Amino acid sequence: MAGDDEPIADGEAAAESDDESVVESDGETAVEPDNETAVEPDGESLEENVGQRFDRLPATAAERRVEGRATREEVVDYFADRFGIPAETFEEYTFWEKGAGKIWIYAGEAPSPIEIEAIGMTCLRTRQEHWKPTTDFVQRFGRRATDCVIELSREEARAFIDGQDQDLEWNGDWGYLIAAHEIGVGSEGRPGRDGEAVEGAALEPLGVGLYVHGELQSVVPKGRQRSVSDRR
Amino acid sequence: MEPLERYRPIIDDFEAFLEACRRPLGTAVRVNTIKASVERAIAVLSETGTAYERVDWNPRVLRLETDSPGSTWTSFHGFTYGQEEVSAVPAGVLDPQPGERVWDACGAPGGKTTQIAALMDDRGTVVANDNNLGRLSALRFNAERLGATSLAVTNQDARNFSMKPFEFDRFDRALVDAPCSCEGTIRKNPDALEDWSEDHLHSVAGIQKGILRRAIQTTREGGTVVYSTCTFAPEENEAVVQHALENEPCEVVDFDLGLEHSPGVTAWDGEEFDPSLEQAARIYPHQNDTGGFFVAKLEVTA
Repeated sequence: MAGDDEPIADGEAAAESDDESVVESDGETAVEPDNETAVEPDGESLEENVGQRFDRLPATAAERRVEGRATREEVVDYFADRFGIPAETFEEYTFWEKGAGKIWIYAGEAPSPIEIEAIGMTCLRTRQEHWKPTTDFVQRFGRRATDCVIELSREEARAFIDGQDQDLEWNGDWGYLIAAHEIGVGSEGRPGRDGEAVEGAALEPLGVGLYVHGELQSVVPKGRQRSVSDRR
Repeated sequence: MEPLERYRPIIDDFEAFLEACRRPLGTAVRVNTIKASVERAIAVLSETGTAYERVDWNPRVLRLETDSPGSTWTSFHGFTYGQEEVSAVPAGVLDPQPGERVWDACGAPGGKTTQIAALMDDRGTVVANDNNLGRLSALRFNAERLGATSLAVTNQDARNFSMKPFEFDRFDRALVDAPCSCEGTIRKNPDALEDWSEDHLHSVAGIQKGILRRAIQTTREGGTVVYSTCTFAPEENEAVVQHALENEPCEVVDFDLGLEHSPGVTAWDGEEFDPSLEQAARIYPHQNDTGGFFVAKLEVTA
């Protein structure tokens, strides 16, 4: 555990992505997971959401067993309808709910339900009128977006990631937008083991903004905000 | 520096070693290929006026000419992660492949965990464990910034890690980047040796042995376990691997390393270690102008 990694802003990680209170453990006692408390769905009445574990989203509404839970279909449709992110982007991923309405996207193997600390990354907040994608999700998958992407100049991008709200012109839908800018253009990218190839000219997503009444509000979480000053 | 005197007999050019330990370390970042190719990251650094230098042993590690690698566009976008150069070694030695099941036993704050995910093209299952919830919170924050979707994060004591949350019962590979006395971080943390004592070495070595044994037990036959520390003490390095050789079905195997290094030691303080431990690597600060590091690669044989 080389203590050499990038520090994070104090305590803000928890504020960004967690409903649980973060407590220091003494780290010496063995932690055995609780006995499994999974209840088989009876297929009749809907169950209440259990907030302390991860449950895989049902594929469709017909398979829904938990009150108010989003389905995989609804989530994939939302990303496609709102942002134009192709549905096949998510073919090899699963979606999970933990807490009330917080959706996680995961590439690995896990049984459902599972009681661990985290699974993949948070991607979407549901169980509210307007669903809201996370900053980290749009940075990871937002390059494929074609709709509701607002292009910012470098100056506007700098203000946006610093958490500032700005008066900007936008002729599309109001609501949550992907804010993006052009940066590092001209590289071809390398496929294969160096990760996905990158389209040099693609806009690079910065995060999520809320556009209403001629104003783009930055909703970059406090812990993710940065003051970046270019040297040229 | 006084505690380091005990290593005079095993370190070639000990004066150069001490002299390197006194020099502060520059800033290095690893390119996070989950979100950007090396070319893309470099294009952004160039465009935004952050000077960088590539290291010759790893195409994804860059030395930056900035004191605040976190205040760059590449950091905000998750294209780069501030990580000491030698810290990029063990995940490379582990050599995880896309689709595999991998355990990072002491994963926080997430630099090596996310490097493992990147080497797997973020496909497969990386179980990132740490016993400290506060540090796990840092791991989760870093993993999300870097866009890693293949992590399952657990909070257990690695020494008796339970596979119960999962449907599989063995990993393909495991990394034990063990908690240690951190002597090798002296260039980054000048007070790293302040609480140094031989008693501390011995007590932390007990924990290391327990974690390494559990990693071997949870890895399939033919699988790989990598053991690493950022310290010089043989008590925490070769002696820990020796303990695993004596108690678990495994053998030390050779690996390529593009950094100058010395072989593992086979004798220390009256104790003899298996000759195969020469295949482990000791990286000293004066050899590549980095921090200090130890890494051994094991194959599980049953």
